[in-house]
Order: sequence, then structure tokens, then C-alpha cells
Amino acid sequence: MSILVYIEQAEGKVKKTSLEAVSFASALAAQTGEGDVVAVALGTIDNAELASIGKAGAAKVLHGADSKLDAGVIQAHASAVAQAFDLTGAKTLVLAKSSLGDAVAARLAIKLNAGLVSNAVELPKTDAQYVVKRSIYTGKAFAETTVTTENKILAIKKNAIDLKQDGADAQVESFDVSLNDADFASKITSTERATGDVLLPEADIVVSGGRGLKGPENWGMVEEMAKTLGAATACSKPVSDLGWRPHHEHVGQTGIKVAPTLYIAIGISGAIQHLAGVNSSKCIVVINKDPDAPFFKAADYGIVGDAFEVVPKLNEAFKAEL
Amino acid sequence: MKILVCITHVPDTTSKIQFTADNTKFDSTGVQYIIGPYDDYALARAVELRDQASGKLTVLNVGEADSEPTLRKALAIGADEAIRVNSAPKDSYFVAQQIAHYAKEGGYDLILMGRESIDFNGGMVHGMVGELLGIPSFSPVMKLDVDGSTVKMAREIEGGKELLEASLPLIAGCQEPIAEWKIPNMRGIMSARTKPLNVVEPISQETQAEASKYELPPAKGAVKLVDKDNVAELVKLLKNEAKVL
Ligand SMILES: Cc1cc2nc3c(=O)[nH]c(=O)nc-3n(C[C@H](O)[C@H](O)[C@H](O)COP(=O)(O)OP(=O)(O)OC[C@H]3O[C@@H](n4cnc5c(N)ncnc54)[C@H](O)[C@@H]3O)c2cc1C
Ligand SMILES: Nc1ncnc2c1ncn2[C@@H]1O[C@H](COP(=O)(O)O)[C@@H](O)[C@H]1O
Repeated sequence: MSILVYIEQAEGKVKKTSLEAVSFASALAAQTGEGDVVAVALGTIDNAELASIGKAGAAKVLHGADSKLDAGVIQAHASAVAQAFDLTGAKTLVLAKSSLGDAVAARLAIKLNAGLVSNAVELPKTDAQYVVKRSIYTGKAFAETTVTTENKILAIKKNAIDLKQDGADAQVESFDVSLNDADFASKITSTERATGDVLLPEADIVVSGGRGLKGPENWGMVEEMAKTLGAATACSKPVSDLGWRPHHEHVGQTGIKVAPTLYIAIGISGAIQHLAGVNSSKCIVVINKDPDAPFFKAADYGIVGDAFEVVPKLNEAFKAEL
Repeated sequence: MKILVCITHVPDTTSKIQFTADNTKFDSTGVQYIIGPYDDYALARAVELRDQASGKLTVLNVGEADSEPTLRKALAIGADEAIRVNSAPKDSYFVAQQIAHYAKEGGYDLILMGRESIDFNGGMVHGMVGELLGIPSFSPVMKLDVDGSTVKMAREIEGGKELLEASLPLIAGCQEPIAEWKIPNMRGIMSARTKPLNVVEPISQETQAEASKYELPPAKGAVKLVDKDNVAELVKLLKNEAKVL
């Protein structure tokens, strides 16, 4: 028996969130004695990259190399992972929450007749019943969820576990995925992705700007800070609604939910709907000229001041220290 | 074109979340309920598509009687009829089974949902229903156009989007900017009173992953303020105290 982990890749690189899922599975396997961790990776990825999944705790990687799987066609990926699940005799599938991961997990829950827990934040309790803690109400609460099926799927939230990096290289095995036309009934006609930048949902540090920055022309200092820190940039909803920043940067209740180690908010008031997207951050820094801005109540550190004065100085200080 | 929109009845986004009965029940005292914000996007787009194709638009909620005002609001926004599956939504699997059953019975061409509910945030019901019905499901969808039986969509992916083409029938989990939220007007509110709202019973009671106990995150400590003329201090704190750099 083993625990299966669904690996996502972007342009041949395994996503860090998937490595977190492997780390999670590896700790779970140690706890339950469910055997090895087997990862399933789809599409074109080179062998060295696949073997390195072992560092996070996978003993084996099943590689479905068919290049038709390079694009994340939801139904095709769900079929492939279901086949890997049967092949390995796994009872548990672990994956990272993401745009593709969620869509694939939901279909697999039905295919595998598996109880699914989305937004799992820690290892399950497995002594008497199988109880998983998950984040609900957009980070405002947690629920203990009892899974009653034999097969289980855990879609884990970012930062649910520390990344394991001390494992040995995994053994890579090719795996023949049998796919039919129905799996490719939908077509991805093109993909637009910001390249080179740190991807927001996966970033460890996020620098975010709000309407207090007055206009898109003032984002230079935000980008500069992000660059110094190796961070992703984000924004509040009005900022993307006004077209100052692209939609995929908008965080909050109706935007991306982030869980970085450090979230720096500049000129953002801290409306409850904004906080809903960032309240899982480990450390929050707020820069706002209004000492009564609600965001200070949710912050760990704050500076009361004009962003146009504070941010350039802070950029220099970061550069001096890092 | 027959369109089904599945809506949740959820606490308003500004609600304070609290629990009662030894943390086993949601405390709805003073809580205002709304159509889930993502479901509201789905509904708004569905109204536009129905008006274009002169089809019929049904809204469905799996919920108890207290969700009827939310369904009436959806009727006021422009849905033609409503279905309430009479049961608390026990888990995603339970909800998906009910939706799949009534969706099949209604023979819908297009099923729109929200990308996720804002109470349990699973983002899973659309995919489950898709698999139960054997039709494609897509989420989060930020653009959706129908031309005959061809559907063109944009789906958000990490750091960008993907453009897709598929055929009806299909399911989409929607998010902005697919359409602008619609506010009911007086005529809508008046006509909503007489539009049909059918209550049906759940087809099965089966669940797989029910929540049993709730908890709130630990309270946040007070913010540590750093003087605006001494920003280097902040960098030191982040490095040495918070250890996040
Ligand atoms: C259903 C619903 C869903 C929503 N979803 C989201 C969501 O997902 N994400 C989101 O962000 N919002 C969301 N909102 C909107 C939210 O309620 C707020 O309106 C929004 O977050 C405010 O954005 P902001 O803080 O950038 O702008 P404002 O509220 O205008 O705040 C600007 C802040 O900048 C400060 N400021 C001004 N000038 C300066 C300066 N020179 N230096 C420093 N500080 C300065 C001000 O003091 C103020 O605090 C949602 C609303 C609803 C109703
Ligand atoms: N109880 C319910 N009744 C009707 N539709 C629902 C219900 N729960 C979830 N949905 C739909 O499924 C979507 C995703 O929900 P979830 O998987 O719970 O995040 C929601 O945005 C709704 O469109």
C-alpha cells in the first residue's frame, strides 16, 4: 500500500506547493504506516526533476510522459490519476489546492468514491476516527471533518506543513496512461501566464498595494520592493477593478487567497473582505497613513505614515540589510 | 437554452463568525444571509445568456426553509423558477448528489455555479456534479460565451489564464469578471413573489466528510508599531524577531 500524491508542473518544473503535498504525505505515511509515498507526474518533465521529488519524501515517481498531458486538461488528468491510484493500490490521495488541483480532486472524489477534504491545514487524527482539520469561512474558522469512506482525498492548503528537503532521490518509473477522446473533449486553445515573476499563490513573500497608492504609475516602488525580497505583487479588489493591476493579482474574499510567510500591505484599508484572503499569512506588515485603518488590528508590525515617503526609505533599508 | 444556477445561502462577507453548543453549531445570531458572491456572478452571467438565447433559467439551492428569501432574491434578479432541495447541506458529496439528480431530471444545457462557497470554501461541488453527470466541469471561469453548442471560456490559473473551448452540456464554476453583479429592481422584486419556488426532497442521505466540530483561530496580538523615520528598525524586527526574511 502507498499514499499517492498528484504532482503539478509548470513548464517542466515541479510546483513547490506539490512538494509540500509530498512532504505532507510523507509525514502522514509515517504516522499511519500506509507504506511509501508515490508521486504521479504528468506531461513532459525531465528525469532529474522527477527524481528530485524524492527530497520531499517520495520513494517513487510514476511518470505519465504523454505530451498531451502537458496542458492541464482537467478530465484527462483526473483519468490519469485515477489509473495511478488503482495501480498503486493507494487508499489516500494528497494534493495541493490550486486551480487545476481543485478541479481534478473533485472529479476524483466521485471516480474513486473517496471522501474529500479541501483546505486541510494539518495532519489528520487517525486514532479512532479519521478526522481532518480544515480552514473554513475563508480563513475565519476551522472545522474538524470526519471522513467515513475507505478511500480519502486531502487537498491541502499552503503552509499546512514545512517543506521536507532531506530525502533521497526518488525512483522514476514510466507509467502508461490510457486516455480516450472523451478525456480531451475540451480544448485549451491558449495559455497566458506571467513568466519570470514569482507566482502569487505560491509566493513566500507578498507585497500588496491598495487604492492608497493613487494610480498604476505609482507601482514602481511596490515592484522594486517585491524584486528586492523575491516576492510576488498583489493588490486589493478596487485596484484590479480600476484596471491599475491585472485581475490575477487581486487577493481577498473574491480573489486569490494567499498564505505567505510575510504579507506587506501598502495603502490598503484592511476591509474584512480583503483580510479574508490574507489572514492565513504568518506575519503581516501594514503601511498606512491612517492610524485607525482597520488593517492595523490584523497586523503584526505597522508603520503609520505616507507610503510615498515610507516605501522608498524601506526599499533602501531592505537593500542594505539583504 | 436551459440554464441551471446553483446558489448557496451564506453569511454576508462582513459577518463575525461564531459557534454555539460546545462549538458544534454555527451561531447565526445577528448574521445577515446573502447569495454567495461567486454564485452571484454565475447568476448575473446566466441572466445575460438567458436573455440572449431566450431560454429558461432555474436556480437551485440545497438548504432548509430559511434559504427561501435568498432564492426569492435570485428570482428577483432574473431567474424564472427556483428549486429548493429540502435539507441542510451536509457535505459537498451530499450536495453534489442532489444537484446531479435534479440537474439530470431538468435536462439543462448549461450549469453555472460559483467557484466556491464562502462558508466551507471547498470549490469542489461543480467538479463532483460534472463527474456524476459525465460532463466536463471547469473552474474558476472568468469569461464564458456560448455560440450554438460551442462554449468559449477563460479559466484562471496561477499567475494567468487559459482559454478553452468545449461543447454543451457543461458546468462552470464562475468568478469575476464574468459579469457584473445584478441588483434586483422593483419590477423584479414584484414578479419574484409569483414565480414558482418548488420544494423537493433529497434523493439520498449519504455523506462522506461531515464537519463535526468548529474552532476559531487564536486571537491576534497587538500590532507593533515602528516609527516612520526609523524604517530600518522594521527590517531588523522582520529579520531577527519574526524571522521571516
Ligand atoms: C462581497 C464583497 C467582496 C469583496 N471582495 C474583496 C476582495 O476579494 N478583495 C479586496 O481587496 N476587497 C474586496 N471587497 C472590497 C472591500 O470591501 C474594500 O472596499 C476594499 O478592500 C478596499 O480597498 P483598498 O483598501 O485598496 O481601498 P480603500 O478602502 O480606499 O483604502 C485605501 C487605504 O489607503 C490609505 N492611504 C491613502 N493614501 C495613503 C498614502 N499616501 N499612504 C499610505 N496609506 C494611504 C487610506 O488610509 C486607506 O486606509 C469586497 C467587497 C464586497 C462587498
Ligand atoms: N447547498 C448548496 N446548494 C446549491 N448549490 C451549492 C450548494 N453548495 C455549493 N453549491 C454550489 O457549488 C459551488 C461550489 O461550492 P463548494 O464546493 O462548497 O465551494 C457554489 O458556489 C455553489 O454554486
